[in-house]
Amino acid sequence: MSFTLSQLIPAIPEVFVTIMIAVTILVSLFLGEKHRNATFYLTQATLLICTLLTVNIFHHQTQIAFHNSFIVDHMACILKVFVYAMTFLSLLYAQPYLRGTELGAGEFYILTLFVVLGMMVLISAYSFITLFIGLELFSLPLYAMIAMQRTAVTAEAAMKYFVLGSSASAFLLFGMSMVYGATGALTIPDIQNAVLLHSPTIAILGLIFILAAVAFKLGAAPFHMWIPDVYEGAPLPVTLILASATKIAAFVLAIRLLVNALPLLTNQWQHMLIFVAILSMLIGNLVAIVQTNIRRMLAYSSIAQMGYMLLGLVSGIGVGFGAAMFYIIVYAIMSLGAFGVLMLISRTGFEVHSINDLRGLNRRNPWLAFMMLLVMFSMAGIPPSAGFFAKIAVLVALVHVHLVWLAALALIFAIIGAYYYLCVVKVMYFEEPEETSLIEINGLGKQLGISVNCLMVLVLGILPTGLFQLCQAAFVGG
Amino acid sequence: MLLQQVVFYFFAISLIFSASMVIFSRNPVTSALFLVYSFFNSAILWMMLNAEFLSLVLIFVYVGAVMTLFLFVVMMLNIDTETLRKGFIKHAVLAVGVVIVVLVLMMMAIWTGNLAGLPDIQAPANYSNTHALGNELYTHYVYAFELSAMLLLVAIISAISLSHHKPKRKTQNISSQVDAKPKDRVHLINMSSEKKV
Repeated sequence: MSFTLSQLIPAIPEVFVTIMIAVTILVSLFLGEKHRNATFYLTQATLLICTLLTVNIFHHQTQIAFHNSFIVDHMACILKVFVYAMTFLSLLYAQPYLRGTELGAGEFYILTLFVVLGMMVLISAYSFITLFIGLELFSLPLYAMIAMQRTAVTAEAAMKYFVLGSSASAFLLFGMSMVYGATGALTIPDIQNAVLLHSPTIAILGLIFILAAVAFKLGAAPFHMWIPDVYEGAPLPVTLILASATKIAAFVLAIRLLVNALPLLTNQWQHMLIFVAILSMLIGNLVAIVQTNIRRMLAYSSIAQMGYMLLGLVSGIGVGFGAAMFYIIVYAIMSLGAFGVLMLISRTGFEVHSINDLRGLNRRNPWLAFMMLLVMFSMAGIPPSAGFFAKIAVLVALVHVHLVWLAALALIFAIIGAYYYLCVVKVMYFEEPEETSLIEINGLGKQLGISVNCLMVLVLGILPTGLFQLCQAAFVGG
Repeated sequence: MLLQQVVFYFFAISLIFSASMVIFSRNPVTSALFLVYSFFNSAILWMMLNAEFLSLVLIFVYVGAVMTLFLFVVMMLNIDTETLRKGFIKHAVLAVGVVIVVLVLMMMAIWTGNLAGLPDIQAPANYSNTHALGNELYTHYVYAFELSAMLLLVAIISAISLSHHKPKRKTQNISSQVDAKPKDRVHLINMSSEKKV
């Protein structure tokens, strides 16, 4: 029972981000309006250095610190690196837009760093307390970031997200307290090894609440109502982060709570997840078809994609969890690419909303159109893209556990889903633009960023082995 | 033992009284003051449970800081009590229903649960629960504790960035004052003179 500084070593990235938050706050306070970019560069530098620090930890064995409330395993390291990368690219795309609006002040970057810290805490959490604090630490700044642009639309989105998000947190807390009541333990290893004290009824009741909160955070049906409104109403820079990095964090929430903490109730959560997954794929894919607003369409597509990802968890075996992890990473990359293209087309005062805004993009900027094409093909699951491989991996895991009917159902939904993704491609390539002026991307960094981002989709599709094996190793015998 | 029971019942009844006065008093300031009084009563009950640290923190933090702030807010905002009371009877039915359900559930828990079987923990005389809490918070839960501090920092920054509007400082703009022409300041309007009937 003592606390020594050496305990901090596995948490060096977290400590570093915390220090950098303080530094960034002071710098943005004293530098004033003229040097607004300083906060941006500081934030990006923080993310880059964090990547180095985390990669450095990766080679070690799994480490547990702070009295079983903190863990660094392979999954945590891999996903943290992707969270940094997603945030880095989001800010890179959003920076010119941010500079022109009131969002451009230092607070946006500082709050982004808080979001990153919250996700890191969540990803490394090994007890219910840290899990919950991490979740809140990344949700709270997001609510504020959505509301920062004071318009009626963003205020509505922020309120919806805030009210629903806090009730989801309350659900989670309620469920956690029930599990605590049933097992008498708060840390994940203790819960894992606990013999259920009373009848498992209380734990199962707790599981239901926990699952509802997890589904909400992932944006899976029937807890998906907020996704379209928030994606549409939030300023694009925030949507970028919401649609990519937070999905990774929500995935970890699911893994830690269901797979790590409650393996005793695998049967129960498998059944619930089958329902959630089917409903997500159904609602997501069918409703996305009729959307004319591209952000709403992508929002519904995200609901469907979460359904596919959950199929990996449904399998209940390590191979499936690995496949789900691969899926969530690939999805985050695709989603970031899609919203990134929208972000780069948008200017201050003009945000892309309608699918028709993409009309004839091929004439206006062929490279961006091609990037969007790659992303759309990947989301639809057309080979040789990464989306195809991710879907196959998840379905193979399902077949392993003899859930062939579910795999077949998922395939049917995937074919339905391909329609609206291809519609976007059709609009970009075969329709005449209303405005023929060329779209130029200023700055080599952004061009490079979006190209790497979208080409990753192709590269991971052709050479998935490296990342896929890393994901598998995190669960199977890792 | 008897003295303890007398003290307990006195402050428990006083707590129930002040808590109901929070709801029933017509003036929001009186409600807030009764809330302060009920905090004080519960602090004494906690003290009787040997939770002296929490009991004092309740007074310092809630009475000393939170409720003072609360009183300021209540006094500064001109709350229209009429609209607040509008649907009182309509909502009262639902409220009473909820109270009955909660009450029945609690009774059931108390009667069926084996509360008498709980061990009576006697702490040694020199036991300090401030010390014990500090020990737990700064060793076992140090990570969560520090992160909660970050959570508060987030709240501060978001609250400021949401409520702080772009600088509209009321400072003198000398060049615009010098540039001002008489016609910017005074508008002469032609009005038709009043007609006598």
